[in-house]
Amino acid sequence: MMTSHPLIRMLDRGATLFLVLLAAFAIAIPVLNLLVPASSSLHVSTYLVALLGKYICYGLLALSIDLIWGYVGILSLGHGAFFALGGYAMGMYLMRQIGTRGVYADPILPDFMVFLNWKELPFFWYGFQHFGYAMFMVLFVPGALAFVFGWFAFRSRVTGVYLSIITQAMTYALLLGFFRNNFGFGGNNGLTDFKDILGFNVQAEATRNALLVISCIALAICFLICRAIVTSKFGKVLVAIRDAEARTRFMGYRVESYKLFVFTVSACMAGVAGALYVPQVGIINPSEFAPGNSIEAVIWVAVGGRGTLIGAVLGAFVVNYAKTFFTTGLLAPYWLFVLGGLFIGTTLFLPRGIVGTWTHWRAGVKEKSEAARSAAAEDGMLPTAGAPATQPSAAE
Amino acid sequence: MRSLFERFAIALLVAGLFAAHATAARAGAYEDALPKLTLDSFSDTADAIDAIAGSGNPLAPPLLQALKDQRLLFSAEAKQVLIKSADGKLTDAATGQPFTAAPPSDLDNVRLNNRLRNLTDAALGSLTLMAGDAGKRYGAAQSVFKSRDASAAAALDKAIAAEKDAGVKKAMLEAKAALILTDAGAAAADKVAAIAVIRDRGDQDSLALLQSLPADAPKDVIAAAADARAKIERNLALWNTVQNFWYGLSLGSVLLLAAIGLAITFGVMGVINMAHGEMVMLGAYVTYVVQDLIRARYPGLFDYSLAIALPLAFLFSALVGIIIERSVIRFLYGRPLETLLATWGISLVLQQAVRAAFGPTNKEVGNPSWMSGAFDLGGILITYNRLWIIVFTAIVFVALLAMLRFTRLGLEMRAVTQNRSMAAAVGIRTARIDALTFGLGSGIAGIAGVALSQIDNVSPNLGQGYIIDSFMVVVFGGVGNLWGTLVGALTLGIANKFLEPFAGAVLGKIAILVFIILFIQKRPRGMFALKGRAIEA
Repeated sequence: MMTSHPLIRMLDRGATLFLVLLAAFAIAIPVLNLLVPASSSLHVSTYLVALLGKYICYGLLALSIDLIWGYVGILSLGHGAFFALGGYAMGMYLMRQIGTRGVYADPILPDFMVFLNWKELPFFWYGFQHFGYAMFMVLFVPGALAFVFGWFAFRSRVTGVYLSIITQAMTYALLLGFFRNNFGFGGNNGLTDFKDILGFNVQAEATRNALLVISCIALAICFLICRAIVTSKFGKVLVAIRDAEARTRFMGYRVESYKLFVFTVSACMAGVAGALYVPQVGIINPSEFAPGNSIEAVIWVAVGGRGTLIGAVLGAFVVNYAKTFFTTGLLAPYWLFVLGGLFIGTTLFLPRGIVGTWTHWRAGVKEKSEAARSAAAEDGMLPTAGAPATQPSAAE
Repeated sequence: MRSLFERFAIALLVAGLFAAHATAARAGAYEDALPKLTLDSFSDTADAIDAIAGSGNPLAPPLLQALKDQRLLFSAEAKQVLIKSADGKLTDAATGQPFTAAPPSDLDNVRLNNRLRNLTDAALGSLTLMAGDAGKRYGAAQSVFKSRDASAAAALDKAIAAEKDAGVKKAMLEAKAALILTDAGAAAADKVAAIAVIRDRGDQDSLALLQSLPADAPKDVIAAAADARAKIERNLALWNTVQNFWYGLSLGSVLLLAAIGLAITFGVMGVINMAHGEMVMLGAYVTYVVQDLIRARYPGLFDYSLAIALPLAFLFSALVGIIIERSVIRFLYGRPLETLLATWGISLVLQQAVRAAFGPTNKEVGNPSWMSGAFDLGGILITYNRLWIIVFTAIVFVALLAMLRFTRLGLEMRAVTQNRSMAAAVGIRTARIDALTFGLGSGIAGIAGVALSQIDNVSPNLGQGYIIDSFMVVVFGGVGNLWGTLVGALTLGIANKFLEPFAGAVLGKIAILVFIILFIQKRPRGMFALKGRAIEA
């Protein structure tokens, strides 16, 4: 079972299907938007392209949460902070690209700094006019924060709900901080009015489609990284930590190092998601740090199915589609009831999530039919490879 | 130049007062002064004001008040001075009787310039220095202290001699000291004595007064002033600390009130109730509904509205809590992360339900009369609502401790917390205890809501503002220990208020959050952790 080639293990049927669907999506949407005439019923509006691009970013955020929650049992209620930090790094690059086209036409200072009567650029804004540096910071800032935070937290064995609560406190502290004008990130209004990215107009249809495709590629790459992690021997240790942390430690594994590595990787992924999100939405402001956002992202994973990776992305799509559907119509006042109901209903009635329940059911059906036929078919195929081995209840 | 002018004015005044005093015996000083008001000359008006102020005539205060308000009219031809009341009726200033005859054709306002206006104020002030009401006399003394109006000196001396009330007399002596300090002609010894009086007063105004001493004053005066200033500053710093402490205590009691219910559900049961803040919010809305009913039906009972709301809020929130426990949480015991998510969902539903029922805006919840107002204690102002909330929090805390310690329910709760299966084995119905414990925690959140409705906006978001802080308190203090919650809440409240002056409110809060995050690394189970032998708590 463990002898198969790592690539084959990584790309089981579900993962391959997911990647094929994602590729089809990344090709179909731009084609339907750019090549199909607007009169056609198959045409996809630019609004929808931006919306779907946003969902893809949420999917990536959900994926990063699933990696640590589904496989290591770390419930972070502060992943929105990493997402927002990545977004701010991208936003800072985009702000510097505005140049003299701002309201105050200052070649160096963004509008809000001129408005606050600042004379020079704060040091932490240096270098953000270079795309490469900004992309480095997209990965580095969330990663560094996660590393420092995780290093403190895991080393002193803060686990379970305690960790959840202090991650929430972390994003709350950042929320309060970024609301302040003198923090140097635009205060309440955040960063907005972006003009172009790498010389392309952010508002242009082609750019939007390109961003969608790039988001899909980023999602695919991160998905593959996650698959590589969870299907390796390293991944088995992670699941062991999730299900029995103390026993894993007694067997000689350095539990905190494993956790720290995965937590940091996950934070970097969340940062990438945020960086792709900002140019598509056109704004980043402190409300992205709100603790509620992070918890909402956790419920995407729960709805889709934790510990399945695909489920996290699916959950992000389903819940956000429902949110768009509800909040843009007459049903707006009922959205919070639906969302609250999702939280309660998922935990009570669908603890495995959509994908988890499906694979569980499939496995059950297969087992039954195989027992009935008592066939000697090869059982190399592991339909439940992605599903949690046991209900991950020993997270604490 | 200015001081020369002032000296001249003082001299004039003293002379005027002296003259007025001398002529008071004739009882005609008031009547004699009136014609001067008809001359339309500033210096004559000034003389008249002095004379009138010193006359002791009961008609003087209304006349000066009218002069100040520009309601004093004169006729140069008829040599008549009239007071126009606010509703336009005329009174003869000489007799105090209504003026019924046809008004003279050349009626005009008695004109004032700035100097005369000050003079009038001072005259009025010195008149109120002799008022019958002690409060008024005290106020007049304070205003003399603040204005340091030398023209009031004589009246002040007279008032000091006549004063019986010790508090008022002290204020007058302080005012007198202030006058001596500002009087360039006063002897150095007098000034040093005056500085001693001012030092004992010891507030911001005294500090300002001492700082305004001219640099060319005699050496010993300067030295005494510097000494006094240092003393006052030390004293003020002390009071500032006391005030920070008080504010911190107040904030800490609010945190404790919000967190104490959580200490029961999270600390005792191990249930993460993210809907705890919404229980507080429900309690606040119960208060609103009770007050609304009382306002509509029985306005006389308004002062008792909180007393009525307390048990209702407790019962309502406890009931909601028990329903939540029975319908959702009991299926999730042993799965804390799922409990967290489910209760977050409950909090969203409760918020939206309240928003749908009452609207998203803030609701007006009034303070009963016994909770509004404030009093001075030393150098700090203490508001009654904050004081009552501290008292109330203390009562709730003690009652809860006593309940857990002395009642059967408390005993069973502790038994279930410590060893669930053993408790079940000796016949405790653990499921029932779970429901009641959760109900108790929620009910306490409800009465916290009654208290918080007095100092915070009652809106569907009320609970959201407290939930993170409450968790911080419980986690910091240590789970499963009410004393830990108490110490945690007070420490965080006081630390917050001491950080605020130099870090600002938001940075102070961030500093506290960062501190707790670091603290948890050091002591993952809080300050007062329950000791156990389990590898995983």
